[in-house]
Amino acid sequence: MKQSNFTTWFKTGSPWVWMNAGAVAIAVIMTLGLLFLIAVRGLSHFWPADLMEAEYTIPGQPTITLIGEVTTREQVPTERLKGAGLPVDPEKSEFMERELLKVGNRDLYGADFRWIVADWLTDERYPEDIIAIERREWGNFYGYLLSVNQDGKVVEGEQARQTLEAAVERAESIYAEIRALETGDIGKINSELERLRLRERGYELDNALTADREAQIEAERAVQNAQYAELEAKLVNLYTAFNRDSLMARAMDGQEKRISLSTVVRVFRPNAMGITDKVGHYFAKLWEFVSDEPREANTEGGVFPAIFGTVMMVLLMSIIVTPFGVLAAVYLREYAKQGVVTRIIRIAVNNLAGVPSIVYGVFGLGFFIYFLGGNIDQLFFPESLPAPTLGTGGLLWASLTLALLTVPVVIVATEEGLTRIPRSLREGSLALGATKAETLWKVILPMSSPAMMTGLILAVARAAGEVAPLMLVGVVKLAPTLPLNGNYPYLHLDQKFMHLGFHIYDVGFQSPNVEAARPLVYATALLLVGVIASLNFAAVAIRNHLREKYKALEN
Amino acid sequence: MTMQSSPKTSRVDFNTPAMQRHRAVRHFKDHLTRWYVAVGGLGVIAAVLLIFLYLLSEVLPLFGGADIEQQERYSTPWLDVADPPLMLAMEEQGEVAIRVSESGQVTFFKTADGKLISEQSLPIPEGVTVSSFSVESPNTRRFAVGLSNGQVIIGKHNYKVTYPNDVRLITPELKFPYGAEPLILDKQGRALEHVAMSGNDSGLTLAANVGRELLVTSISRQENMMTGEVTTSQSELTLNPAQGEVDNILIDPLRQWMYVVNGGQYVDVLSLRARGELNGHYKVVAAKDATVTASNLMLGGISLIIGDSQGGLQQWFMVRGNGKPALTPVRSFDQQAGEAIQLIQPEERRKVFLTTDADGYLGIYNSTAHNNLLVEPLDKQPIRSFAIGPRADHLLVEHDNGELSYWNVDNEHPEISWSSLWGKVWYESYPEPDYVWQSTSATSESEPKLSLAPLTFGTLKAAFYAMILATPIAIAAAVYTAYFMAPGMRRKVKPIIELMEALPTVILGFLAGLWLAPLLEDNLPGIVSLLVLLPVVFISVAYLWSRMPERVRLTVPDGWEAAILIPVTMLLGWACFESSVYIEAWFFGGDMRVYLTRDLGIDFDQRNSLVVGLAMGFAVIPTIFSIAEDAVFSVPRHLTQGSLALGATPWQTMSRVVILTASPGIFSAVMIGMGRAVGETMIVLMATGNTPIMDWNIFEGMRTLSANIAVEMPESEVGSTHYRVLFLAALVLLSFTFLMNTAAELIRQRLRKKYASL
Repeated sequence: MKQSNFTTWFKTGSPWVWMNAGAVAIAVIMTLGLLFLIAVRGLSHFWPADLMEAEYTIPGQPTITLIGEVTTREQVPTERLKGAGLPVDPEKSEFMERELLKVGNRDLYGADFRWIVADWLTDERYPEDIIAIERREWGNFYGYLLSVNQDGKVVEGEQARQTLEAAVERAESIYAEIRALETGDIGKINSELERLRLRERGYELDNALTADREAQIEAERAVQNAQYAELEAKLVNLYTAFNRDSLMARAMDGQEKRISLSTVVRVFRPNAMGITDKVGHYFAKLWEFVSDEPREANTEGGVFPAIFGTVMMVLLMSIIVTPFGVLAAVYLREYAKQGVVTRIIRIAVNNLAGVPSIVYGVFGLGFFIYFLGGNIDQLFFPESLPAPTLGTGGLLWASLTLALLTVPVVIVATEEGLTRIPRSLREGSLALGATKAETLWKVILPMSSPAMMTGLILAVARAAGEVAPLMLVGVVKLAPTLPLNGNYPYLHLDQKFMHLGFHIYDVGFQSPNVEAARPLVYATALLLVGVIASLNFAAVAIRNHLREKYKALEN
Repeated sequence: MTMQSSPKTSRVDFNTPAMQRHRAVRHFKDHLTRWYVAVGGLGVIAAVLLIFLYLLSEVLPLFGGADIEQQERYSTPWLDVADPPLMLAMEEQGEVAIRVSESGQVTFFKTADGKLISEQSLPIPEGVTVSSFSVESPNTRRFAVGLSNGQVIIGKHNYKVTYPNDVRLITPELKFPYGAEPLILDKQGRALEHVAMSGNDSGLTLAANVGRELLVTSISRQENMMTGEVTTSQSELTLNPAQGEVDNILIDPLRQWMYVVNGGQYVDVLSLRARGELNGHYKVVAAKDATVTASNLMLGGISLIIGDSQGGLQQWFMVRGNGKPALTPVRSFDQQAGEAIQLIQPEERRKVFLTTDADGYLGIYNSTAHNNLLVEPLDKQPIRSFAIGPRADHLLVEHDNGELSYWNVDNEHPEISWSSLWGKVWYESYPEPDYVWQSTSATSESEPKLSLAPLTFGTLKAAFYAMILATPIAIAAAVYTAYFMAPGMRRKVKPIIELMEALPTVILGFLAGLWLAPLLEDNLPGIVSLLVLLPVVFISVAYLWSRMPERVRLTVPDGWEAAILIPVTMLLGWACFESSVYIEAWFFGGDMRVYLTRDLGIDFDQRNSLVVGLAMGFAVIPTIFSIAEDAVFSVPRHLTQGSLALGATPWQTMSRVVILTASPGIFSAVMIGMGRAVGETMIVLMATGNTPIMDWNIFEGMRTLSANIAVEMPESEVGSTHYRVLFLAALVLLSFTFLMNTAAELIRQRLRKKYASL
């Protein structure tokens, strides 16, 4: 009875409908799950987790003390642990719990992380005295503060902590001063000196290096060098002050370590922090992430240069892509006779959209960089050869390549907008005596501007996430300066730049310390997804708004 | 109501000069805009063409073959026609050449005009003549001169480059690396008929023959680490005599094998490491009445090139099969058939050899690519000797009448041919022909292995696994969303899918490589069971739902089925992952990975095709979805309504009417998805091990064309063969996606017309 019930039900085709529904469910879960995963991993990175101290005994070995932050817990078949050479007995229990402990102190132990078997941990405790020190090199330090050496005075005990706070603050402010000096004034002098060198070389190439000119250049150079000497003296003083203080700390295995405060970014006691402190710390870290420069081969610190590079590249790309894409769409919709030519153009547009992005990279490298850039260098920048100016990857070529890549997006969106403008408006304008061009400039383009905006936003979203072509045309893992700065000519189109997407690839896959870098990669990914998702939603919102508007016009 | 019209209608004069000017400007602007816009539109076509043509222009030189062009031809007073050359050679720049003659005269001269630079005689003892000669290999610049008294002189030509007054000055010199005093090879003092040498820092092996008797001497040099004192010791091998009249003797640079060409048709291979034991007596000429007329070793000394009296050329090398190594014919070239091959010269840095025949023709060949690059006459008479420059850009020829000629050679990319790119190639030291991509090698002596076959295979493999996952999900989801789903839910689902499409692939790749790959490795049974169980569970839930009391069923409106399945799927996923360890422990002895490798013999990489399939499937789903959904949604309503009115169930309407009508659109969606999967770079780059293997195993990785470009392009030297091959890879990708996209677009354009008529 039930069987036949099932058969009839099956025959209605309802199970197939449900299977189709299942596919939607899978797609939705995949997307949302992925976003959730990135969000959780990315956001949790900045939270100051408690530091556990415990005794750890591998059977048959002496007990050691561990201090660290538990990052993962998982169930592992005992068989596998045995395969890894641990003294476990698969007979006793089939599974064991394993924890990944971030023990920090890479300078002492070689690695930041350690896998431990949870069953062998005893006496787990969270003492408030444990300090975590974020350093500019070697990663975090976890341990106990012993003393602070301030200006030759050694302070111990409770007082040490307060002294430390003030000393760290002082070091931090000196650090900011040094950075400002190095990147600002000294950077300026260096760029001036380089320009002088190029000017001299340029005269030399033109056989126009007269004694007058040489003397003038020499004089200018002397001025710069004098300034430099002055700044250098200042810098030396700052560094002496910077390196003055240090602290002594004890690591989990009893080793005592002297840490100069010049390498310390931040000192905190996670176990002693209340929820408000933690939230404060969290946002401070978050701010550091978006506003600061990367440290330690990009595995710590912030991603500001990458954000900046991405934004600059995308802006330049927009300036290039918009007119071109809009023109093509206007031609397709307003000017061309619908026929063979428009069909070919549409095929071309679809092909441009479908060409693998890496092919654009190859084209950009070969055509823009080596062919165009190489020739431009010969013609306009002979003085800096053999060092290429535009004959190497840079902001300009990357933007051009991506403009080519995103042109179809703008075309398709603009065309859609143009289609939606009611015929009556065009005819009205023409009937009033306007020429076609006037109709276009005064009526059609303003009305379709939201559509263009949509197209542009989608193009920007696409460009922001594209990495493969950029790897060939000018993205680097670490750019020394921003492409826009205070040195002449301010906007450096020839400079290589950093990019969020490439940052993810580089830190996640090329970094020597992947485990430590991983949370930061998640955070960067979250940032990128956030930017792209909001751009997309903005585009969708504009599109919907536009549709409503024209619906009203049509009626 | 009265009409108020002004009696005095002011007439506007439209033809004032100002108005005319204004109109002309407007007209001009109108025209300008028209042109401006047309340029913009046609620019799109130009862009596509530019990309295609530029890539093509970078690729074409690969298939160009070689060209030679005579620069100079001259006779010089110092050259004695009656004193034929033993060797011609050039230095790096091709500016200075050396000629060694039969009387033992060594001459250095300018290649451009034959101007003499210096001249000297080899230190040959009084009353002794040169009886044999051999060049070790072009890149060591050493040669051995066998004398009529059983002694050997080893010479080396060397060039010093200086820049006095910023002008390049090349000073040639002749050195004797083993001393100017001749080495004694035959103690009985007989004339050496053929001589061969091979040496390196630690020692030297000399071989020669007197009649059929073979003489081999090894001289080893040992330098005392402490004192720097050099001690030499000499040892002789006693060998069986050759089986026929000796034509040539060759020793490979590793001093492992000695090849004795003898009896006109045979090569005896002797193992120098096994005290001269005979490896085999091989017949190296196929035709009955042909004889070996020339033989030489290729760069690296692994391959032996045999030229015969009928113009045939064969490449042979020692192949270590299952048993003992044997000299095996690898390739043959018959482009110079007809005339006897006279000289064979290897190039110094590539696997290229040049031959001349009795008719004065020059042939240029590449062994790896099985490529004949050129056959062209140098002269009407056979030529006496020739040299190819180290950079393979110049050729120096001594003609029969004692004239010299200097040629430019353009042979940039000999390594590439259709067969080396796409076919199986038998590389040196390989047991059999194979497809290999290995663009970087330790030394220039190993062949570049530039087969695109494994990369193309990897590309297709990745796309295949991605499509297997993506196509059913995307099409099913599209069908449901377009046809069954409630509008309210559709408004929520579509932005989610659009967001899915916007996700940068670098993020997908990063998650696939760093999160999914280890997760899969740890929970392999869970994933497999999830993939198997999902459809089963969907149907069971559907059935149970249909059995539910109406009251419950009505709580969820029609078209919201997917919403019910979301928690079900999540629950199932969780359950599968939770039970994964247990399944693994119970069925696979605790570790499925080990089980696969040990018990089933399936190799397992952490970053494998399954990971790529899942991640790239994720990237492709929204592409297919949006186009397919569009196609299904725009099927005219009256078709479906007609079908439903005739009593068909919704599913029948769907499968018999809607899908059929929309099938071209769905097909084009799949093609565009395929195009995207083929060209995707970041995901494969990050989620596979990037090893170029050819294997359908789902648990192993691959290297795709696109990832290969991304990895190798930045390090590739501009204009090199490798660089151009990468462009070719890009062109292959472009052509493939071009076909896919054009076909898809044509189908869609037809479909649009069809709908319009419906």
